[in-house]
Order: sequence, then C-alpha cells, then structure tokens
Amino acid sequence: MSLRDWPIKQKLTAILLLVSSLVLLLTATAFVTYEVLAIRRTTLKNLSTLGRVIAANSTASLAFANEADAREILSGLRAEPHVVAAGLYDKSGRLFSRYPANLPGDVLPVTPERDGYRFEGGYVIGLEPVAETGNPRLGTLYLKSDMQAVSRTLRLSAAIGAGVMAISLLTAYFLAALLQGRISQPILALAETAAAVSTRQDYSVRAPKLGEDELGTLTDAFNQMLGRIEDQNRELRRYATELEQRVADRTHELQERNESLRRNAAELLAANSELDAFAYSVSHDLRAPLRSIDGFSQVLLEDYGTRLDESGRDSLQRVRAASQRMATLIDDLLKLARVTRSEMRTEVVDLSKIAGDIVAELQRSTPERQVEFAIAQGLEARGDPRLLRVVLDNLLRNSWKYTAKQPRPRVEFAAAQENGERIFLVRDNGAGFDMQYADKLFGVFQRLHSDADFEGTGVGLATVRRIVNRHGGRIWAESAVDRGATFYFTL
Amino acid sequence: MNPGKILLVEDNADDVALTMRALKSHNITNDVVVAQDGAQALDYLFGAKGNARAGELPAVVLLDLNLPKVNGLEVLRRIRADEATRLLPVVILTSSDEERDVIEGYSLGANSYVRKPVDFVEFTEAARELGLYLLLMNRGAPVPRNP
Repeated sequence: MSLRDWPIKQKLTAILLLVSSLVLLLTATAFVTYEVLAIRRTTLKNLSTLGRVIAANSTASLAFANEADAREILSGLRAEPHVVAAGLYDKSGRLFSRYPANLPGDVLPVTPERDGYRFEGGYVIGLEPVAETGNPRLGTLYLKSDMQAVSRTLRLSAAIGAGVMAISLLTAYFLAALLQGRISQPILALAETAAAVSTRQDYSVRAPKLGEDELGTLTDAFNQMLGRIEDQNRELRRYATELEQRVADRTHELQERNESLRRNAAELLAANSELDAFAYSVSHDLRAPLRSIDGFSQVLLEDYGTRLDESGRDSLQRVRAASQRMATLIDDLLKLARVTRSEMRTEVVDLSKIAGDIVAELQRSTPERQVEFAIAQGLEARGDPRLLRVVLDNLLRNSWKYTAKQPRPRVEFAAAQENGERIFLVRDNGAGFDMQYADKLFGVFQRLHSDADFEGTGVGLATVRRIVNRHGGRIWAESAVDRGATFYFTL
Repeated sequence: MNPGKILLVEDNADDVALTMRALKSHNITNDVVVAQDGAQALDYLFGAKGNARAGELPAVVLLDLNLPKVNGLEVLRRIRADEATRLLPVVILTSSDEERDVIEGYSLGANSYVRKPVDFVEFTEAARELGLYLLLMNRGAPVPRNP
C-alpha cells in the first residue's frame, strides 16, 4: 500500500510524527553538538589551567635542574586521572622529567613541538612554555589527557537526547492521535456520507458539521449539493409518477376508447344488418301495397274506364303515376343503401369502355335523340368496376337528361392532369345549374330542377358521391344556368 | 294436350288477384292452385306423407320468396331435392331484386327469376312472357313417372 492509499488518520499521524521527530532530531543534534563543543572547550581550558599551574611550579626545578623536585611536581598530576602522560623538557628541548615515572620512552615526543593545546589522535595534547614572568624561557611542559570526559558527556547527552526524543515522540504520537481527529473526523464523516449516498442511493443523509473551518464549509457545500440532488430527485420522481399516471390514464382512456370503438363497431354491424333487413323489407313490403294501388287502379281503368269521366280517369292515372314514382324512389334509395354497404373489390377498370357501353345503351333507349358524344379512349382507374359503372351511369345519364332541351347537345368524358392528380370529368352543354346551390347537389333528395322540367329522384348524385368517397376520391361540379355543367372526380 | 295446373305460391291476396288477372289477360287459362305459404305449397306437392304426387304435379310453380312459415327459397330447395320434382319448372316471382336472392334462386335451380314490377302494365307484360315460357315448358319438359 503506497502512502497515498493510507487512511487519512494514519497519514495525519504519520505526518505529525515525522515532523515532530525531524524537529526533535535536529534539536537533539544541536544539543549534543553544543554539549560536545562545550566539553571540549572546557577540557582544553582545564588542561591549559593545569598546564599553567604546573609550568609555574616547575620553573625552579628547571632553573636549578632539580630532577627530584620536577618528578615531585609532576607526580601531583595523580590527582587528575585523565592526564595519562606528562613530560618536562629543558630549554634545549631535552626530556628532563616524565610522568608517570615508568612511562615508556616512545609515548612522549623526543622534542617538544609548537606551544598550545589541541586535540590529536583521540587525546588532548598541551604544550606549555615554562618561564619566570619577564625572564627567558626555561623549558616546555608536555601534557597528554585522554578524552573520557568528552565521550562520557557525549554518551550522556546522547542518552538524554534519545530519552527526550522518545518521550516527545510518544507524547507527539498521543497528541497526534488525539488531535488528528479534529481534521480527519469531518473528512471521514464526509467520506462515510458519500459512501452511504453512492451505495444506498440515499440522498437524504447529511454529513455532520463539526466546525466553521474550511472543512465545515466543505461539509455545508456537500450537504447543500445533496439537498439539491434530493430535491431534483424528488422532482424527477414526481415527474415520473406524473408521467406514469398520465400513461396509465392515457392507456385507460385508449382502452375505453377501444372498448367504445368495439362497441361502436358491433353496434354498426348490428345497425348494418338492421339496415340490410330494412332494405330487404322495404323492397318487399313497401312495394307490395304499391303494386296493389297501381294494379287495381289499372283494373279500374280497364274494367270501368268507360263509366268514369275524364276527370275520374285522370285521377286514377295520377294514382298510378304517384305509386310508380314512389316505387322508383324506393328503388333508388335501395341502390344508395347497396352502394354504401356492398363490399369493394379493387381492380383496374377501363372507364372509357364503360362510358362507351352506357352511351350505346342510352342511344338505344331513345334512338330519336341526336347527342354528340366525345368519349376519351384508354382512361383507366383502380376501383370497383360495378360501383364505377354506377358513377359513370349517373353522370352520363344526367348529361343525357339535362341536354334534352339543347338543340345541339354534346356530352364529353375526359381526364385532365392537375398537380400530379388525375381528374376525370363529364361535361355537357345542357341546362346546367346555379352555382349558388352547388352544395345541395350531392345531398339525398336534393334537386335543382323541377320534376316538370327534368324527371329525377335526387338520389343519383348522392350515390355518385358516396362511391367516389369510398374510393378515397373527391367530386365537385362547375356550372352556370343554360351553359352546361361539368362534373369532376378523382379516384 | 293437358294444359296442366299452375301452382301459385303467394301470400298476398292482392298479388294473387293481380297475377290471375295478368295471366287471364294473356289467355293463360290453366287452373291456378294457390298456396298461401311455403308449408301449403309443400303439402300440395308432397302430400301430408311427404310423397310427391307425381301424376298430379303442376305444370309450373310460380314462387314468391318472402313467405310465411317456409320461405320460397326453402320450398325451391325441397322441390329440387326430391327426385320426383327435380325437374319441375319453377319461376320465382317476387318483389325482391336483391342480388343475393337472384343468385341463390338460380343456384338452387330456379328456371327463371321475374321481379314483380309496380307498374301493372309492365307486370302484365311479364305475365305474357310467362305464358310463352309456359307453352315452351309444356311442350318440352318431360314429366318423370315413378313406377
């Protein structure tokens, strides 16, 4: 585990200890160095004091060359156990006396070197000139002291230093352990909170604030952030709930609508079959009495016609005409109902051929009429052939009918291309109609001409529009009174 | 030549009267037996026991479709299902021009389908054609004889 992965507690403790020990080490080093330097200076000073005293005492013995006296003086060094060797040289540099008396000859230098006190080879060496004050030099005193005092002091101060350091470090450790909490605790609390947030996705937890320092600010900021996230979460949850609710509502609505559609479809189916039954019943039941009315009117006319006057016969004729007209109305209505109900089958239909057939039929039915027909060839469309025949039959028959009073009647069937859409048209130069009533044109039983002028039930164009609509097309007309009419349709 | 009877299956008395008159006006003088519903027609043709009275079969059946009890198409089905009446000429004479009736009528083996027009003059015209048809039928259609 590298240092940066250490827990923050250990890191803080380690840093505090490291800093403390570094400071202590430096302090201890300075202390020991100072002690050593001080003891060395003291040692030199003590030795030089000793040297000066002995040198002063030795003047007489050197001046008078009294060897016993010199030995006596040097033996006084016994009181200084550190002095391991001493020598007294006369003014010519010859060794005059030595201490201790049994000292091997090679310990002392043959001739004294330069004066002064210094450390040399683990010993303190001192060379003191021997002379009466203001008189010429009599000789030299040589002193050699061991460094036991220095090393003892060194050991002692090192031991003290180490002790102080150990106690200090121990104290520092406990203090660090106690005080690091001040810094690490808020951080640990933050870390714990963050861990709780990330593991449990619980944004309601808050880090405890333990002070007003930067960590306190950080804790505040962190808590505020959590608060915002919690708010946003709540908002999001609210939206999600709302959305779910809305989806559920919409689904429910759709289900209801579906249900209602199904019901409607079922109702429609029922209504359709009812209509079917109604149409069937109409074709049978309504026509039967009409047949009786017409039939027995005719019987009256045939059998009793001679007994009736003109007015009586006219009345019976009117009864017959009315019942026949009603029969036509019923038939047309049934046709309209069939157009709406019947199954569509889609194929390519040759409209030109159908138009040609209808025209031929019209001409056959009334050969005396001379109508000019212009049927464009090769017009095809996709649709139900039977229904499209009904469309063309109605439109061409209308043109045929409304051109009856025109001296040079002309009827045209053609197609035009407009905005990429094919528009079929049936145009005539007949009676036409007032565009003001164009919106009534395609309504059931809506007629723009009186029966006296032109016969009709007003069902034909309604049928045509239903068929065109069932093919997904549109139908409209343009006309002016006595200027002919044009019917346009798309499929 | 035995002119044979005409079985008119028709529930509407007015229509019966008008049909008779139309037939008469074209000098179709065959006896007309009227059955007022499908059940009567079947009774007449097959008797109470259900056996076809082969010797007494009518020359032609004029059959309305919308009948009480047993409807016309069912009567036709029964006529065509029985060996004795399989070839009996049946002309459907009805108000309905519903396509499905026409198609079903022919597919069940009707010889002809005539829609009764409201206009009595037209109806009489249709009856004239019926008379011609009847003449042809009488000449051509063999009457099967059961042992």
